[in-house]
Amino acid sequence: MCHQTVSLIARHLEENGIPTLCLGSALDILRAGRPPRAAFVDYPLGHSAGRPFDTQDQLAVLTAALEAFEAITAPGDLVVLPNRWPENDWALAAQSEETGDTRQPRDESPQWQFPEDRQAAMASGAWSA
Amino acid sequence: MEMIRARYARLGYAPYRWFEANTPPPWQALPRPLAELRLGLLSTSGAYVRGQRAYHYRDDSSVRAIPSDTPDADLRFSHITENYLVDARRDPACILPLGTLRLLATRGVIGALARSVVSCMGGVYSQRRVRDETAPAVLETFRSQGVEAALLVAM
Repeated sequence: MCHQTVSLIARHLEENGIPTLCLGSALDILRAGRPPRAAFVDYPLGHSAGRPFDTQDQLAVLTAALEAFEAITAPGDLVVLPNRWPENDWALAAQSEETGDTRQPRDESPQWQFPEDRQAAMASGAWSA
Repeated sequence: MEMIRARYARLGYAPYRWFEANTPPPWQALPRPLAELRLGLLSTSGAYVRGQRAYHYRDDSSVRAIPSDTPDADLRFSHITENYLVDARRDPACILPLGTLRLLATRGVIGALARSVVSCMGGVYSQRRVRDETAPAVLETFRSQGVEAALLVAM
């Protein structure tokens, strides 16, 4: 869903004069949305900006994405980044019913990461119960 | 997409109709090399800063401005697909490349990083609400910060 969202927003920004590059890891949804410029990294969802605790890989992904930003000259082009995830079984795990996408209930209450975040938001005035 | 279609069918839902662009994308050329531009960042990961309101999971179309110098310890995430946040909650840089872009700015790869980056919760099913609510809010935030090129990182 996030990849659809970035495609829609990229089109809006570009129509209003801001060049964009979408970086993502869901190839088919990026292709369907045809944003003006896209870079695909073949990583598990949730890691579009690099492997966790791997500063070198994070720099490599972002550098390659920014190079694609400048290199793409045809609207709708998508560049596949060369970065590889070290374990090769993640794609199977992602498609498993047990370990794959498990959506949360959909209502309008803020979903704080920590209960303490709610107190912090109330203290700052960003939220009132 | 096939996996999600199959999952929805098993759950008894109608197939979700993904946005399939039937028009060529609009195009705005980079006015100068990125090394001379102020870069904006949008992350759809549901990031918020401690002290801000978390996202809700019923098509929350709102955005947050996250100061670019926010320390990792103050970054939080709320997203309808929380299972993809396990690593982001340990090392935000794998989905929200704040520190990475700060470093690339000091190295001159980009001219500057905008004073704040923009966050939204990308798991919004309504394409109309993304177009009519989220996208204009992102544009307004970028404009107010003088953003000249934008990197959009999908979760």
